[in-house]
Amino acid sequence: MSSIPIEYYLILSAFMFVVGVTGVLIRRNAIVVFMCIELMLNSANLSLVAFSSYLGNPIGQIFVFFVMTVAAAEAAVGLAIIIAVFRNKLTVNIDEINIFKW
Amino acid sequence: MINLIYLTVLLPLIGFLFNGLFGSRIKNEKVIGIIGSSTVGIAFVVTLLAFFETLGLPVENRSNTVELFTWLNVAGLNIKFAYLVDQLSLTMSLIVTGVGFLIHVYSIGYMHGDKGYWRFFAYLNLFIFAMMNLVLGDNFVVLFLGWEGVGLCSYLLIGFWYDRKFEKGTVPEAAKKAFIVNRIGDFGFLLGMFLIYYTFDSLNFTEVFNKAASFPVSEATFGLIAIFLFIGATGKSAQIPLFVWLPDAMAGPTPVSALIHAATMVTAGVYMVSRAAIIFASAPTVMMVVAVIGLLTALMAATIGLVQNDIKKVLAYSTVSQLGYMFLAAGVGAFSASIFHVMTHAFFKALLFLGAGSVIHGMHEEQNIQRYGGLKKYMPKTYATFFIATLAIAGIPGLSGFFSKDEILWYSYANGGIIFWLIGVITAMMTAFYMFRLLSLTFYGKERFDHHHVHPHESPSVMTVPLMILAFFSAIGGYIGIPEVFSGEHGNQFHNWLEPIYAPAIAKLNSFGFHSHFEEILLMVLSVALALSAIYFAIKIYTQQPDIAEKISARFKKMYNILLNKYYVDEIYEAAVIQPIQKGSEKVLWKFTDNLIIDGAVNGIAKVIYAGSGFIRKIQNGIAQFYAIIMMLGIALVLLWVILSL
Repeated sequence: MSSIPIEYYLILSAFMFVVGVTGVLIRRNAIVVFMCIELMLNSANLSLVAFSSYLGNPIGQIFVFFVMTVAAAEAAVGLAIIIAVFRNKLTVNIDEINIFKW
Repeated sequence: MINLIYLTVLLPLIGFLFNGLFGSRIKNEKVIGIIGSSTVGIAFVVTLLAFFETLGLPVENRSNTVELFTWLNVAGLNIKFAYLVDQLSLTMSLIVTGVGFLIHVYSIGYMHGDKGYWRFFAYLNLFIFAMMNLVLGDNFVVLFLGWEGVGLCSYLLIGFWYDRKFEKGTVPEAAKKAFIVNRIGDFGFLLGMFLIYYTFDSLNFTEVFNKAASFPVSEATFGLIAIFLFIGATGKSAQIPLFVWLPDAMAGPTPVSALIHAATMVTAGVYMVSRAAIIFASAPTVMMVVAVIGLLTALMAATIGLVQNDIKKVLAYSTVSQLGYMFLAAGVGAFSASIFHVMTHAFFKALLFLGAGSVIHGMHEEQNIQRYGGLKKYMPKTYATFFIATLAIAGIPGLSGFFSKDEILWYSYANGGIIFWLIGVITAMMTAFYMFRLLSLTFYGKERFDHHHVHPHESPSVMTVPLMILAFFSAIGGYIGIPEVFSGEHGNQFHNWLEPIYAPAIAKLNSFGFHSHFEEILLMVLSVALALSAIYFAIKIYTQQPDIAEKISARFKKMYNILLNKYYVDEIYEAAVIQPIQKGSEKVLWKFTDNLIIDGAVNGIAKVIYAGSGFIRKIQNGIAQFYAIIMMLGIALVLLWVILSL
């Protein structure tokens, strides 16, 4: 188990994070954007777990549980908002949801 | 009763509150009038009892302080609301409440039928309240409270008929003029008070005057204090250069002119100067200024009075002139003589104004003496009382005005010099002349009014009885101050009564030169003879040969016009003071400072922000991903900075 060095985890985590950021920035579909945000969260989780294992400190893993809990709640709220927006505007394209301006 | 002296202040206040709050709902004029008069009447009785109680005390115990409460207590400044009951304040209180009461009673008749009847009595009571604070206050702050209070009442009462026209303007304009001119004086008074506090660390009369007598204070400081106080006095007491408001104050109802602008309020300046006698006595230069200003005012106002045709205007200028006498007396160090003249003047001038009011009342609001004439037979009581007052003001021996005026003339000769006396006597001569001109044109000669429209009639007894009482005092009021030349050493009762107040001041002044009794009698006879000749000519010209007056005025057309237009003082002030201020306010303060700088700054800032935000708002385009990019770039920058600074 300990044969896999930590760098591998971190590189994977960084890759996942960049994928998430890129998705958030360039995709137009709100659901995809939302999924990309989840991806970023999970990349962070991965780093936390990796460091936890590497340092032999369980606090990192405990923190990941909190993050997952919050992410679950956030997913519920986020999807609900997307549904509510869709009912109003019949679209989930975030370019068209631009009413927050003067 | 000394301890109850606050009643004299409280009662008029209650009267004011009652009439002011409920007066409009009381339909019965009698109730309002009786409440208004009785509060002042009771105040007079209280003052009288306090006077007799004080008179019974030994001389050194005659100055008593009645403390009511602590008014201000800030840092080192402790101002008590306290009344000083001494010889001077009692004398003034007796005049204010006594003459005030008679004028209140007179007003019951005079103001009959006026729609503002209740308002009139409310203001009159408020005035008495303020005036009593002024004369009784035991420190400069209470004095100032009363000082401002009487100014306010004066404003309110001059503007009482606020919807009427007055001469070239309106009544409210006259009221505002009085108020604003008084403010200029008040400003001086206030500066004087600051300087007193700065110098003596107190505003209490007793403390300040004791310190003034003993402290090593430079004459320059005294001079500055005295000149500031005197500026205040010139405003309130209508002296050069601030006398212009008093003639215009005649826009008010006649009882107001009698009470405020003749008998009481305008003498507040004289009272203040003589209260602060020790300060003035410590500044001989300012004393000289006071005397000269008083003398010039007396002369100037008397000359204007010679040609005026409005009955109240003549009396107004006569008041200014007599006030000038009082300041002349104070200026030459005869403080008790000036207060004596305040008293006798209160009697005869109040009587003259009330008599004039009675005439105006009987002549259907006509005030031009050229349209009177021969009223003697229509108004016998008014005539008789008016005649006594005229004799008194002209200085006919035996009447009150003679004693006080002669004393002033004598002291101006003894302490000032022959020039002072000479100008004083010329003024007295003119006084006799214009007063008898007024009397002749009004009561003697041909009837020059329109018989179809004007039916002169005597006033009701509620008006004539106060006239008779005042006439009585105008006649005999002088006998409490018979000059020593007739009554022997220390025979002048009035002088003896006030002497303890002025003893420190008199001690500081240079002692009076010695003059023989013969000199005094000679001067007296001279001045009386001149006054009598003036009276003779006045009656002769204006009763028998009115064409002489016209010839004289046509001969000296220029001089006549200057006098008729009051030396163009109003016009000069208009051009030299009011116009520059108005123009300056308009051009500099309004158009430049306000519109350009202040508005420009405020609007300019708004415009800059508006333009800036118009540009910045384009960043906020509502596209979520644009925001996300910005956020990301921001985080990247912060990270870069963190990493680089490691």
